[in-house]
Amino acid sequence: MSQNVAAPSWPRGIYDVLKAQKVRQVAYVPDAGHSELIKLCQATEQMSTISLTTEEEGISMLAGAWLGGERGALLMQSSGVGNCINLFGMVQECRFPLLMLVTMRGQWGEFNPWQVWMGSSVRPVLEQCGVVCYDVDEPQRVVETVSAASNLVFNAYRSVAVLIGQRVTGSKNFVK
Amino acid sequence: MATKREITLERREVVARILRDRGGALVVPGLGAPTWDCAAAGDHPLTFQMWGAMGGTTMIALGLALAQRERRVIALPGDGDMLMGIGSLATIGTQGPPNLVVAVIDNERYGETGMQETHTARGVDLEGIARASGFRHGATVYTQDELEAAMPLIYRTEGPVFVNIKVTTQPVPNVLPPRDGAWLKHRFRQALLGERAFD
Repeated sequence: MSQNVAAPSWPRGIYDVLKAQKVRQVAYVPDAGHSELIKLCQATEQMSTISLTTEEEGISMLAGAWLGGERGALLMQSSGVGNCINLFGMVQECRFPLLMLVTMRGQWGEFNPWQVWMGSSVRPVLEQCGVVCYDVDEPQRVVETVSAASNLVFNAYRSVAVLIGQRVTGSKNFVK
Repeated sequence: MATKREITLERREVVARILRDRGGALVVPGLGAPTWDCAAAGDHPLTFQMWGAMGGTTMIALGLALAQRERRVIALPGDGDMLMGIGSLATIGTQGPPNLVVAVIDNERYGETGMQETHTARGVDLEGIARASGFRHGATVYTQDELEAAMPLIYRTEGPVFVNIKVTTQPVPNVLPPRDGAWLKHRFRQALLGERAFD
């Protein structure tokens, strides 16, 4: 953790944006790339953190949060996007604001071939479902991107996914 | 597996009975028949009628229950909707919202698609799944007396509460509520939040 003292980490930056935006419900299916952000949210009294069995639960839950007057965010890995598709119909029909923070797999330096197909499909699938996509591939641009996405979500009532690339999260490699 | 009991309750009467005591409760009926049942009992701005999003009813109710902790929140999924989102029972169990009630209107059929049997017709015990997932209270209701006995569970007992209500497959007339999703959302938020709905 000591290296994080000198330069605040990008997960910390996302956390600060969520807090400033008064996000109260943070739903997630864990990804290694989101582990620090999840811990920060769990340690925050004003935030409920909700571990899901599948990502689509989060789409419904955040719709319910909005109906009840609260803002939420959904954290997931790229493979989870495919699990959400039918629920995007409700998001668009009802025009529910939706903030998704997606850590990408299957792209930059991926070693697992099973991740590649969904990873390559994330952007076209989301766009086909009416979700605006913001890519971010540099750690120093994460905060401004999440901040811009949050504005589009909560002030312009849109559904937006921030796609955080493997150049930011680091590529996993179990094989030599 | 327990011996099958006779199912006699009529869905419209069950839903009307539950809603009669709703007071300030927020109600989320699931896609299909439960939404029509709520419409038949009288349209209400604090009922968020679902015309889609099968499998999502209970999780909408969870988000709402976490946002509105002083209000009772009642999800009314059908059995097909509940089975599609069965993992949500585990998610709700781990969150333990004291104000959330899931009351399944269980006719053991996919009603909108030709009355094919669901797993509950073949012995799957939703109450058992809910209890094992951490719901504080559960009941399975077959009779009017059992429904009356479940009313305090639905409105007063600390949740999460799960009530599975067995209803007949008797056909009922279609009663359709408004279906524009954005309008239903705005109506609900305005009734609940007032001017803050448009901040």
